[in-house]
Amino acid sequence: MHLVLFIIFGGLCVAGALNLLFQRHPINAALSLIVVMSSLAVLYLLLGAEFLAAAQVIVYSGAIMVLFTFVIMLLNAGSEERTHGSKAAYAIGIPGAAALFAALAYIFLSNSKSLSTAKLGDYIVTTSDLSRVLFRDLLLPFEVTSVLILVAILGAVALARREH
Amino acid sequence: MVPISYYLILAAILFCIGVAAFLIKRNIISVFMSIELMLNAVNLTFVAFAHQWHQVSGQIFVFFVMVVAAAEAAVGLAIIIAIFRARNTLNVDQVDLMKL
Repeated sequence: MHLVLFIIFGGLCVAGALNLLFQRHPINAALSLIVVMSSLAVLYLLLGAEFLAAAQVIVYSGAIMVLFTFVIMLLNAGSEERTHGSKAAYAIGIPGAAALFAALAYIFLSNSKSLSTAKLGDYIVTTSDLSRVLFRDLLLPFEVTSVLILVAILGAVALARREH
Repeated sequence: MVPISYYLILAAILFCIGVAAFLIKRNIISVFMSIELMLNAVNLTFVAFAHQWHQVSGQIFVFFVMVVAAAEAAVGLAIIIAIFRARNTLNVDQVDLMKL
């Protein structure tokens, strides 16, 4: 059951990411990124992170991607054209990313003996567990992030404002 | 029963696709979206390791990454709008004023 769900949603993740890589129009890339993020939420649920699954759907595939599609439609972004720079990026980028993947996969597979297997319902972090750590041990970092968000809001408003 | 290494391999695949898209894409919004894809891949490794070691702190990290990503998306898209107003293009090859 766990393996079937992992294969279905992991496959959806990879398919969406590849679609993001090969689509030329940004709105298609944005919609495939929503597929990736929503299937990642299911994978979080399989790993017992129920609060993060909800936050992933609400924050990532909800708020952030709405912002992206809004900006794409506001700027009326057309499909990108091939330029000289993109040819160099193809020549270096694809082998570089493949080499990075080969290195990471080698490390993970050679150390897979010391890693355990994930069972469904084996380790579930409830929202109360998470909030106990967050509000008891990490209260100061949590409050500092609220200042960060306030600064980000002010910066976004100041940057996007039309100058007179 | 799924080995944790499968989750790590999946995260590596997503991260490398994100790196490739970051290098290949010429549209500044698509470049920004591939950064979000890389952040998501790293979040998956955090959750997988939190499950492996039965530690809550991995999930706390993911929570903070989400908060910072939301702030970063807001500021980054505002910068993209400002660039589009100033240069009237979204192609990164035409926004090269600071390049030698």
